[in-house]
Amino acid sequence: MATAAEEALPKGRPAKARPVRPKLGRDDLIMRAFMVVIALYLVVALALPLYAMLSKSFSTFRFDLTAYEFQVSDEQGSFAVPPVSAAALNEELQAVPPENLATNGDGRLPATSFFPDFSFRSPVMYRIRATGDDASYLIGSERFAGSRWQEVDSNDFRRVMLRPVRDIGLANYATYFSTPSLFRSVENSLIISVISTVITVLLAFGFAYALNRSCMPFKGVFRLIAMAPILVPSLLPGIALVYLFGNQGMLKAFLLGESIYGPIGIVIGSVFFTFPHAMIIITTALAISDARLYEAAECLKASRWKTFWTVTVPGARYGLISAAFVVFNLVITDFGLPKVIGGQFNMLAVDIYKQVIGQQNFEMGAVVSVVLLFPAVLAFTVDRIVQKRQVAALSARSVPYQPKPKPRFDALAFVYCSLIAVFILGLLGVCQFAALIKFWPYDLSLSLKNYAFDLMDGGGWDSYYNSIRMAFLTAIFGTLVVFIGAYMVEKTRGFESGRSLFQLLAMLPMAIPGMVLGLAYIFFFNDPRNPLNALYGTLAILVVCTVTHFYTVSHLTAMTALKQMDREFESVAASLKQPFYKLFRVVTVPVCLPTILDISIYLFVNAMTTVSAVVFLYSPTTTLASVAVLNMDDAGDIAPAAAMGMMIFYTNAGARILHLIVSKGVLRRTQAWRFR
Amino acid sequence: MSSYLRIRDLHKKFGDFTALRNVSLDVEEGEFVCFLGPSGCGKTTLLRAIAGLDLQTHGSIEQAGRDISTLPIAERDFGIVFQSYALFPNLTIERNIAFGLENSGRPRAEIARRVTELLDLVGLADQREKYPAQLSGGQQQRIALARAIATSPGLLLLDEPLSALDAKVRVHLRHQIKELQRKLGVTTVMVTHDQEEALSMADRIVVMNHGVIEQIGTPTEIYREPRSLFVADFIGETNQLHATLSAPGCFTLGRTCLQGMTDGLAPGQPIIVTIRPEDIIPHAPGSQPAGSERGLLDVTVGEMEFLGSFWRSRLTGAALGGEQLYADFSINAVRRLSLDEGADLTIELPASRLIAFPAGEDHGHRG
Repeated sequence: MATAAEEALPKGRPAKARPVRPKLGRDDLIMRAFMVVIALYLVVALALPLYAMLSKSFSTFRFDLTAYEFQVSDEQGSFAVPPVSAAALNEELQAVPPENLATNGDGRLPATSFFPDFSFRSPVMYRIRATGDDASYLIGSERFAGSRWQEVDSNDFRRVMLRPVRDIGLANYATYFSTPSLFRSVENSLIISVISTVITVLLAFGFAYALNRSCMPFKGVFRLIAMAPILVPSLLPGIALVYLFGNQGMLKAFLLGESIYGPIGIVIGSVFFTFPHAMIIITTALAISDARLYEAAECLKASRWKTFWTVTVPGARYGLISAAFVVFNLVITDFGLPKVIGGQFNMLAVDIYKQVIGQQNFEMGAVVSVVLLFPAVLAFTVDRIVQKRQVAALSARSVPYQPKPKPRFDALAFVYCSLIAVFILGLLGVCQFAALIKFWPYDLSLSLKNYAFDLMDGGGWDSYYNSIRMAFLTAIFGTLVVFIGAYMVEKTRGFESGRSLFQLLAMLPMAIPGMVLGLAYIFFFNDPRNPLNALYGTLAILVVCTVTHFYTVSHLTAMTALKQMDREFESVAASLKQPFYKLFRVVTVPVCLPTILDISIYLFVNAMTTVSAVVFLYSPTTTLASVAVLNMDDAGDIAPAAAMGMMIFYTNAGARILHLIVSKGVLRRTQAWRFR
Repeated sequence: MSSYLRIRDLHKKFGDFTALRNVSLDVEEGEFVCFLGPSGCGKTTLLRAIAGLDLQTHGSIEQAGRDISTLPIAERDFGIVFQSYALFPNLTIERNIAFGLENSGRPRAEIARRVTELLDLVGLADQREKYPAQLSGGQQQRIALARAIATSPGLLLLDEPLSALDAKVRVHLRHQIKELQRKLGVTTVMVTHDQEEALSMADRIVVMNHGVIEQIGTPTEIYREPRSLFVADFIGETNQLHATLSAPGCFTLGRTCLQGMTDGLAPGQPIIVTIRPEDIIPHAPGSQPAGSERGLLDVTVGEMEFLGSFWRSRLTGAALGGEQLYADFSINAVRRLSLDEGADLTIELPASRLIAFPAGEDHGHRG
């Protein structure tokens, strides 16, 4: 053995040669510092809240009666009777049945429960102490613990409340899985997501195929229309469906007696709002297929049908799989749509909301969140693996396919795309129509009264302005953080472990459903012991949450742009003794400006439409337009909800157009070098 | 006096793969050194270690008496040119060259003067206002060169600077870079896999293979006196003949006894003898030129291939014992001796050009 070890050493070289360690320059230190700061941001805005939520889901609370002792005086105030434990009193009186001893984190048990003959006017004095280590109680709002007796008169004694002790365990999960009404949501969510995924991917494939492979007219217009659903909150199609197929719907008869409130509504709405996502991915997959394969197929006299199944579908398979998982993830984590149109049909994301907002059962909300995490993380992981393969296929050299006119096929493609366009524009049109008429279906005259948001629940016009402010801040702050973070992780030398940790943190948000993130924020930021507690209820926490929620896609976009920059730029600048931030300012940012603008518009649009993450976090002064849509709909003001939804649509459409103009202008001014 | 660049025992590992093994090397001030070798031989790794782009696993590097082994890039003193040019695409030619001159306390006018001087030096004075994408590849590489020498670094590193260019441009730029280097006297290290480039530009060539240095020497040394079979084979073209060493300086090839350079080889050992095609001297069949008694062989000419300035001919014959030789004959010689396929010929293998290496080892060193 010893000889083998000796042989492993390089010949003629002393065994003491130690690996050299680089001396870090100023640039290295600054870059690492930046990376660490942004990584810390992600830890605080993502990892710690998730941890808080996870630990909450394992927390159970119950009143530990053995840990309290009482002593009661006689009418003269002398304590002659020996102390007695709360457990003993309860044994005797059966005052609190055992099942009521389980509670949640905010549970309070009045001490007077154990004294049936208690009267606050009596001159009797009471003593209380906690004998267990964790046990505590409140007198008024002051918290006490420990075995020192506290003496109170009977007037104060009615304000003595026992606090529950916390246990770590799977009890919440046991409750969850033994409660069919809760557990059924898992099945519901999975079924709805699978059905919606299949329909959306098929429809989007047809659409993308028509765009890529036909010579039909108005391709640009169709592409634009297909993208429209991205600009609205996911619950807007729900409102449109209510108008179309609801109890007083225009086309109610088409449902043949089925109710739109439930699975049917959720599936139709999901197809609407996930369509553009699937379409983009599949279009990209189809666009990279190699024309030479089609020429080969033609030379081999393969039929169109055979070519489709042997060339087209396999070529786009990664795109199809990726699209399927993205759609699945979007549907299963969506909250707005099933909230609006789901009726009695429970879905996981809505359950979180009901547990937290409806029943104030935070622990159970955390449990449902963890359950929802599983399919979301799974879908995310599969998507990442598939995307990696897709990239490999993309880098192969291929000749782009150029469609040739085929009159019958082109006409078919045109009709098909028109139908999809009618579906999308139809739902949007119905919303706009509903917003503008006085009172469906009784008074169809036009009016702007539904825009008087200040008269409705939901925060009024302020919520709209808040949303715009929030979206702007998200776009600016988010782009800054994302781009700098991506730059540091891509261009920092060495520090491999730190960089992989950062990448992991940056990928994590995509796997976290918005509802889960929002709830995690409550647990983390609303904790009075957290120094960041001051953020709670401000616009800032909404911005932080939204940036974090949409971090991954922005990060990947930035990474793609940065990877396209020559990796030797940094080396050249360093050899010329120029600091990296000069290179960053003078070269990196100007060259990446189109990408930076893309990231900012992506963040803006999503900040305008997001509901799930922020629904737990807004305060009366920071109501948001998208949440107002939800709340007005909830309160029965469906027309104003539609009106607000369309305001979001127009704002986002306007922002997109502005983005296009600015991009063009910037491109002309700073990207002159692109054109010879 | 110690040399300008001293590299000692450099080792570089990428995971399990050893890219450099005990590399030691000295480069003198003002010298032009080429690292030459097939891809994966470690030449680029060595250059990147000198630049501090990829730190060595262990070993030391000294530049001008200063230990730079672990210094960050910015604290070293070099200019670098990459195969990809790495010109900043959004800056004009002028600003690209001025990039390293800015924030160095130089006044604006002086920077502008220096940029003009550099543009004149690389012969692109009229391209000042253009963007890199508007220039040809060769022009871009000259700009990259100007940018690298703008701050007058003590060391110029060239990482395959000509590999991305067309053959014609490459030859032209080769001369320009060499001339510039001579004019500036800057110590230069260039990585290349193109032997012609290395032979024509370098003062000394470092031939590398599998992470070790095979040989260091001037271009003529490397070409005329290869120290290993790898070098003999990699640089230029060479014939390899299997033979057995009969006595020092003497070996048998088939039935023939020949004299050659056999330093350090033991008699009885199987060897490989090399000779370059152009070192084979043709004589009229059966002739006995004075002073060449021992190196004469009678052969038959096989196929002849016309390669412009010479004919490459395949030679066979009983004297070669089943082996064959390729020889390059000038147009004159072919005409004078009326050489044609199937013709008989006497060839002379000069003892000083027959170099023997131990057989069996691919990169066995001699001596």
